[in-house]
Amino acid sequence: MSIMDYANPSRFLALSGRLLPWLTGLTVLFLAAGLYMSFFTAPADYQQGQTVRIMFIHVPSAWIAMACYTLIAMSALGTLVWRHPLADVSAKAAAPIGAAFTFLALVTGSIWGKPMWGAWWVWDARLTSVLVLFFLYLGLVALWQSFDEPARAGRSAAILALVGFVNVPIIKFSVDWWNTLHQPASVMRLDGPAIHYTILLPLLTMAIAYTLLFLTLHMAAMRNEILRRRVRSLMQQRADAAQNIAADAGQGGVGQNVGQPTEQEA
Amino acid sequence: MEFLSGHGAYIAAAYGLSALVLGALTGWIIAERRKLRRALSALEASGVRRRSRPR
Amino acid sequence: MSSFSALLKRDLRLAMRQGGGAGMAIGFFLIVVSMVPLGVGPDLNLLARVAPGLLWAALLLAALLTLDRIFQADYEDGSLDAIVMGSMPLELAAAAKSLAHWITTGVPLALSAPLMGIILNLEPRAIGPLALTMLVGTPAISFIGAIGAALTLVLRRGGLLTAVLVMPLYVPVLIFGVSAVKAAVSGPVPFEAPFLILAALSLASVVLSPLAAAAALRAALH
Repeated sequence: MSIMDYANPSRFLALSGRLLPWLTGLTVLFLAAGLYMSFFTAPADYQQGQTVRIMFIHVPSAWIAMACYTLIAMSALGTLVWRHPLADVSAKAAAPIGAAFTFLALVTGSIWGKPMWGAWWVWDARLTSVLVLFFLYLGLVALWQSFDEPARAGRSAAILALVGFVNVPIIKFSVDWWNTLHQPASVMRLDGPAIHYTILLPLLTMAIAYTLLFLTLHMAAMRNEILRRRVRSLMQQRADAAQNIAADAGQGGVGQNVGQPTEQEA
Repeated sequence: MEFLSGHGAYIAAAYGLSALVLGALTGWIIAERRKLRRALSALEASGVRRRSRPR
Repeated sequence: MSSFSALLKRDLRLAMRQGGGAGMAIGFFLIVVSMVPLGVGPDLNLLARVAPGLLWAALLLAALLTLDRIFQADYEDGSLDAIVMGSMPLELAAAAKSLAHWITTGVPLALSAPLMGIILNLEPRAIGPLALTMLVGTPAISFIGAIGAALTLVLRRGGLLTAVLVMPLYVPVLIFGVSAVKAAVSGPVPFEAPFLILAALSLASVVLSPLAAAAALRAALH
């Protein structure tokens, strides 16, 4: 029952409240180190010149984009299978953050592509799959926003997240197929065997920094979501109480009770 | 700075946009937190107490 | 199984009686297809080259607009509640309704596509492969679409949202459908390779989508 120990939102708030300052500090530390390295210690690439520095923020964004979707899918399992009360809080909080990182992966990729490929956008297999991933995120965010009731949205969004997660590898495979059919020669290969450690070290540091940043933002957003639900239920309680008082006061009067059901509907 | 030679504008744009988006995300989360805390304390001050959730 | 065919027959009969559904989708299909030459110009060579992809994309759009019909009417008149309460597994019911959608919308759209090809100067030898890939690919469109329709069932303005949710999931179907047509016309890969993958996608979605659609219906109606 260890997972259920943390199921209590109040306990999560207390625990995350203690963790959050440390996470924030670590994030700042790694970001500073990573940025310093990517600008001052990493050499210019002999092929790509200075633009290789864009890689230090592009690749971590793409990595978070995928990791975040995995996290959402796991949270979706938590919602559907174990009905863990924090799972759909986690999924809902993660979706807009993941969308932002995916957007950054696309934009930095596009900016990197301009000097490399000569065009802002090429229908490269990777860019295209990340674009579809971005659409999946948009669908999730849109679905969350369309429901008034968080509990109801949770299950629907979880189903959508899992359906999307099953489809991600299929989409990746089909886009790769489509791409090799249309442009057989790859313009640029990043995953060549020899990435020098002067490039690898800043890349890894930035990847850790982005991961920490994501975890920090996600935890903070989860806390917000819990507060939001509390505010919501308190407001509802207040509205119920006001209605009860009105009902009590209007007990003798005529017409008061008749109007009430429609009020509740609205 | 010598690394801004050549494709400096692209590098600046990539880093600038990333800073902008991530900064906006952070700012949004902080602003939400302030707003929610204020709403919560206002509700509690007006005497609404949390009881175990309905349903 | 008898309840499956009973539900299927009922849906087919309802679609026949209401009429207009498939006709409207085909009309929309035709309008989208005829917008393209107006946009890109009447260059016949260019049109012939893009015709398979265009027809496939237009078919997706036309099918998207009809997805809400899979569950909406039954939700509004309460018969969906009866189906959920009934003895038939909800997964099977979702499959029957998806199948009915394919028969009443997917098949007519796929069969009308070659006719639309005429105004795009589609090569004659592409007509057969086009109709075949569309017949094989449209079940995936109906069955995956049922998930989106179920997810947005209780929402007031679900139509646009359904399209946003479902469109990314159609990417593989679109890619392999168009690849198969192009392979049949100009190579370089043999027709069977993308065509069999398309068939596999379709079969997998026929088997798996009803599970998700039923789960979405339960989540929506609770």
